[in-house]
Amino acid sequence: MTDTLPPDEDLRTAIVAEGVNVYYGEKQALFDVDLDIKQNQVTALIGPSGCGKSTFLRCINRMNDVIDGCRVEGRIALDGDDIYDRSVDVVQLRARIGMVFQKPNPFPKSIFDNVSYGPRIHGIAERKADLEEIVHDSLVRAGLWNEVADRLNEPGTGLSGGQQQRLCIARAIAVRPDVILMDEPCSALDPIATARIEELIDDLRENYTIVIVTHSMQQAARVSQRTAFFHLGNLVEFGPTDQIFTSPRDKRTESYITGRIG
Amino acid sequence: MATNEGNSAPHIMSAYEDELEQLNNLVLEMGGRIEIQLSGAIRAMVKRDSDSAEDLIAQDKEVDALEERINDLAVRTLALRQPMAGDLRIIVSVIKIAGDLERFGDYAKNIAKRTLVVNQSPPIRATSSIPRMAELVQRMLDGVLKAFINRDAEMAKAIWVQDAEVDESYNSLFRELLTYMMEDPRNISAATHLLFVAKNIERMGDLVTNVAETIHFVAEGERMEQERPKRDMTSLTDVPMTEDNA
Repeated sequence: MTDTLPPDEDLRTAIVAEGVNVYYGEKQALFDVDLDIKQNQVTALIGPSGCGKSTFLRCINRMNDVIDGCRVEGRIALDGDDIYDRSVDVVQLRARIGMVFQKPNPFPKSIFDNVSYGPRIHGIAERKADLEEIVHDSLVRAGLWNEVADRLNEPGTGLSGGQQQRLCIARAIAVRPDVILMDEPCSALDPIATARIEELIDDLRENYTIVIVTHSMQQAARVSQRTAFFHLGNLVEFGPTDQIFTSPRDKRTESYITGRIG
Repeated sequence: MATNEGNSAPHIMSAYEDELEQLNNLVLEMGGRIEIQLSGAIRAMVKRDSDSAEDLIAQDKEVDALEERINDLAVRTLALRQPMAGDLRIIVSVIKIAGDLERFGDYAKNIAKRTLVVNQSPPIRATSSIPRMAELVQRMLDGVLKAFINRDAEMAKAIWVQDAEVDESYNSLFRELLTYMMEDPRNISAATHLLFVAKNIERMGDLVTNVAETIHFVAEGERMEQERPKRDMTSLTDVPMTEDNA
């Protein structure tokens, strides 16, 4: 975590969640969640297993739509527009709100094709020169260019774990998102690869809004400016990361982050 | 305001819980020792007992050793446990408190040293005012250790306020000692040493208020708002010279 931040009032809000309730069939997974994500900040979602943090993350880019029996109520707005409105093109939405998963999942294609695929099918670019520029730009932004510049035709699956994950980030960046969602992006990576991704996250926030789910509190402390603590489907506490980890207001937050689950 | 009224459950790793308890106990042990050092130093001074004073001076080593143990354990816990929130505040605060208690011990040792010198001269009257001042500080220390055990911010604040009385006590002692010096130059040496003793006790009171402020931070997660009441006017005290004593 780096510099001093401007006060929250000066920052634009990228995403607003209001009264979000989520059900998997009969079982309610999220209860009345209100949360706002500020632009160009990293917001971390923490909490014990089953607390609803990943469920909430998946609401933001409507990945919960593909889960049978999953029902989302309430309002989630991106730049003021309700993303669950019937007029919304979900495919477009998922280009604006990209996602990176726990296990790196590059396509079984070349490194170049991994990154160019999105821009092609979204109609962002067609000509070879344009695609090359996008691929180059995305790989640079993802901190991977120097390592793969001379082997863009090799399969993406041939890269190391950390490199694959950065490839997935490049892939997300290539379709020019506003927001990047990350679901435990470093869980499968060694400490050095993890540190590189965390450094990358810090760089990325200059241009993107980032929401990261992590089960490592130290990681949340290192990379985020704001942290939300979820417990049993409730948003228990949400505030500046340094405050959450030095003087949390809620006893449940204190118990969780100090390792004293009752 | 942070809620830290004692976490309901113990830490999942019992070894961590043990380490925190050990830190706690070391602070209390150190507090107990310096209480003895202060009361012993005052008693040695009042009774003009140079042998006790010498024992006390030697015992200060044990106070220093405790500070070292606390620092070592605190640093180790920081490295190995990555403490957060209340735990982090306690561990950082314990380092500060140990530093304050160690200086408290040093002042007690200094009083014992001066007792050795003062015992070479005939006794002067102020020797009775000093125990009263020390008693105030003794009670403050006792209170602050209780506040520490209970992580009680209210209690800490009450102690913090009592320091004003110590300062006023020092003010009057200062003037009293100046008058003895003026009465008879043969008093000057002893009176000067007693002045230092009084100053030491006043500083000990200040150290206890430091500890009180730190306890407030541990309990509340925030610093105390107000300015500490400082009543020490001695830096502004002057004894006007009249024609009689010019």
